[in-house]
Amino acid sequence: MDYSNLRRQIIFMKKSFFDQGYLDEQFNQLEELQDESSPNFVEEVVALFLKDSPRLLINIEQAIEKYPQDFYRLDSLVHQLKGSASSIGAVRMKNECSVLKAHGNDKNLEGCRRSLQKMKREHATLKQKLESYFQLLRQVGPRNSAVNSRK
Amino acid sequence: MASSCMGIGGEGSAPAAPHVLAVDDSSVDRAVITGILRSSKFRVTAVDSAKRALELLGSVCGLTEPQIISRFRNFRFLCCIACAITYSCIGLQGANVSMIITDYWMPDMTGYELLKKVKESSKLREIPVVIMSSENVPTRINRCLEEGAEDFLLKPVRRSDVSRLCSRVLP
Repeated sequence: MDYSNLRRQIIFMKKSFFDQGYLDEQFNQLEELQDESSPNFVEEVVALFLKDSPRLLINIEQAIEKYPQDFYRLDSLVHQLKGSASSIGAVRMKNECSVLKAHGNDKNLEGCRRSLQKMKREHATLKQKLESYFQLLRQVGPRNSAVNSRK
Repeated sequence: MASSCMGIGGEGSAPAAPHVLAVDDSSVDRAVITGILRSSKFRVTAVDSAKRALELLGSVCGLTEPQIISRFRNFRFLCCIACAITYSCIGLQGANVSMIITDYWMPDMTGYELLKKVKESSKLREIPVVIMSSENVPTRINRCLEEGAEDFLLKPVRRSDVSRLCSRVLP
């Protein structure tokens, strides 16, 4: 199998995530923690994020759509989502959380709704991109993958 | 009860790597802090609440007599006693936690409240406590430091933050 071609694809893909602002330095920090004893660390952490975040998004929507709106709970939920997005380096999602938080603090319902819709799109895009990325990584395997190297 | 087990797995046979207790209600952040600590060769136990952290720290031993009696009928408490005895016998008692690193903002009990409980306990107060938070709030930071926190880290926490901290705090 032509690993060099795959490795090139992986490098370009990752670079595009950074160039387009989907990921920031924190993602690199996570990759640096990968080693022989935890070769799939980043994928595992991202999997935890992708498992938790849909539930948070649903709860955020409920907090916005119920009447009367629960802005206090909204703030707490957005804070949680922002925290975990930030921990995996998902900078677009993190920034959109800040926007949503601000709308919530202003009790701007329409702003909250717009921001939530944007957040859902960002989440779907991020999920698709990261899943493709990890799929490629798996094809290359931990020993052959340049990006997993801790050299 | 616990003290009679202290000889087994106590200070005389201290484990090689310091044992750090990480507390965070976010599963993502627990995984990240565990990864950071493990890559620095620490043993890590990660729990999702301050309450569980106190159970693990063997706060059973820190309870006053009336509290112990009032909880005696509580089956869960009996399980905690059983766990505490087991933990102390295999060296996982509060005395063997070298550092606690906790998130500030958690439901039920915050990291600040956990810090206070640890510092109020004669058994636990020597354990350094580090607070993590995604928010840079100077009054919050000062309050934690005044209460005896060893340090306050802003999230997302990096390996360099933790290794700098650990080299200062741990033997």
